[in-house]
Amino acid sequence: MSLSFSANAWHVLRGNPATLAGALICGGFALLAVVGPWLAPYDPMATSAALSLRPPSAAHWFGTDQVGRDMLSRVLVATRLDLGIAISATLLSFTLGLVLGGAAGWLGGWVDRAVGRVNDTLMAFPLFVLAMGIVAALGNSITNIIWATAVVNLPFYARVARAEVNVRREAGFVEAARLAGNGSAGVLFRHLIPNALPPMMVQVSLNLGFAILNAASLSFIGLGVRPPTPEWGIMVSEGAALVLSGQWWAALFPGLALMLAVFGFNLLGDGLRDLVDPRRRT
Amino acid sequence: MRPSLLLIIGKRVLAALPVLAGVVVVTFILTRMLPGDPAAYFAGQVDSQAAIEEIRHAMGLDLPLPIQFLHYITGLSQGDLGRSFSTGRPVLAEMLDRLPASLELVLVAVAFGAALAVPLGVLAAVRQGGWADQAVRVITTAGVSLPAFFSGLMLIFLFYYLLEWAPSPVGRLDAFSEAPPRITGFLLIDCALLGDWETWHAAAAQIVLPALSLGLVTLAPIARMTRGAMLAALSSDFIRTARAAGLPPRQVLWTYAFRNAVLPVLTTLGMVFSYSLGGAVLVEKVFSWPGVGSFALDALMQLDYAPVQGFVLVLGVLYVVLNLGVDILLVLADPRIRVEG
Repeated sequence: MSLSFSANAWHVLRGNPATLAGALICGGFALLAVVGPWLAPYDPMATSAALSLRPPSAAHWFGTDQVGRDMLSRVLVATRLDLGIAISATLLSFTLGLVLGGAAGWLGGWVDRAVGRVNDTLMAFPLFVLAMGIVAALGNSITNIIWATAVVNLPFYARVARAEVNVRREAGFVEAARLAGNGSAGVLFRHLIPNALPPMMVQVSLNLGFAILNAASLSFIGLGVRPPTPEWGIMVSEGAALVLSGQWWAALFPGLALMLAVFGFNLLGDGLRDLVDPRRRT
Repeated sequence: MRPSLLLIIGKRVLAALPVLAGVVVVTFILTRMLPGDPAAYFAGQVDSQAAIEEIRHAMGLDLPLPIQFLHYITGLSQGDLGRSFSTGRPVLAEMLDRLPASLELVLVAVAFGAALAVPLGVLAAVRQGGWADQAVRVITTAGVSLPAFFSGLMLIFLFYYLLEWAPSPVGRLDAFSEAPPRITGFLLIDCALLGDWETWHAAAAQIVLPALSLGLVTLAPIARMTRGAMLAALSSDFIRTARAAGLPPRQVLWTYAFRNAVLPVLTTLGMVFSYSLGGAVLVEKVFSWPGVGSFALDALMQLDYAPVQGFVLVLGVLYVVLNLGVDILLVLADPRIRVEG
């Protein structure tokens, strides 16, 4: 099974350069998240009045910002925080969605109706507006951006999990497992949940890009991460005023990093969708 | 209009009601969780515990939550969304003043997105699996990956700073133009109605860059849906028949296939429009666009929470109502839905 899957994956990647590129970009950023702080040539927090707003040069590849901090170091170091927020948020929505959706699909009845109602309500807001409202309500912290991003994505996972569990609840192999003496929990966790995982993993990779974007957007408008912490959204926001006077580098490089990371995860997610379910490609 | 049609539309409206109720409940919960005790704010300098308690009592904040909720919805039904501390005006009046600016921006952005993405989607479907298909996929994915605030900044740098084609990226009109008397609040429409083409041009020049940065994000969903709908239409029997009958390919493609693919694309446009209302917050901030989003953001920075709550509520309600409107349009346009209902 695993051999045929990897063979299949290679086949899809080879015939699909876009997905391959996505996988490479994601791998690159994952690596940067781990080794970024060691690669950074300068201290990302060290300010220097003498080095204020230097354009990109051999000494400072990405230039320096208003207080003379090295942009390359800041962009590199920020990778871990940005990816960390997105991954934590996605894991949270994945877990919560699996539990809620699984319960709704398996138990049916009022649990199903209640979960459905919550999903409908959460989806009745423009995602970013709801995320903004949640962070404003819970308070301005990194933990709360993670929660807000997780909550606005929750319905997507809960729906997939519910549908996958519900559609197989009466299937032959589930009946067989039950007749073989497995308890309710055993059937659910050993036979139904594993079948729900592939489509949920696709959702994860599609969502990671959105989660990165959502968290950086919240920071951009001043919610969540606070300066002087290096984070892509804040750095773009700090560089925004300088663009009008022609100092483009302070906003360009963090923005490019953000864009490239989101692009990579979106390409990969698209490709994974083809891999797991070729019929669903639209 | 046949009664069955009215029945279907009535059902759609009824189905939207619990969602609207959910929106109100969520906004209420957010209201009660928000930091910044409004009573403490009003107490101001008289910062004694007794004064705070007294104001809390006067504002009904010491009542049990269900009663508070009752007060909340009674207020809502009278159009009371609270008052903004920072501007001193009722939140509803502020929102209504600024909503046209946001809607105009989103409308132009989605129009731009559709004008570019629909042909791209058709191209991708016609050349399914070919390099054009791949290219469209990469282009639209790049568009959806662009943070709108970042693309906005880069457009400003390119077209305002470097090329000097665009006017100063601040607000809906440059300093030399005067806003026309308000008719609809949509500057482009108002100026056209008044025949004031000079101001119309000024307003159009201001809206191009923000609409472009917001519109790039809408390319992917529109192009994807167009491609999918076209593929479904192109593989159906009536197309095979039309081709076999020897109709010119152009006519088969546009008259037969595209017309049948239009409905799902319209649904997507409705979704994209409401989704872009949320994304507009970021673009409004970058371009100092005087819409509801920048109003909510300014208030948020001054710890003035009533406008933020009003913003979340108004956009939630708008989102539900817009999607309901698209749903109803589809019922009217598509005879198949009527048969199913």
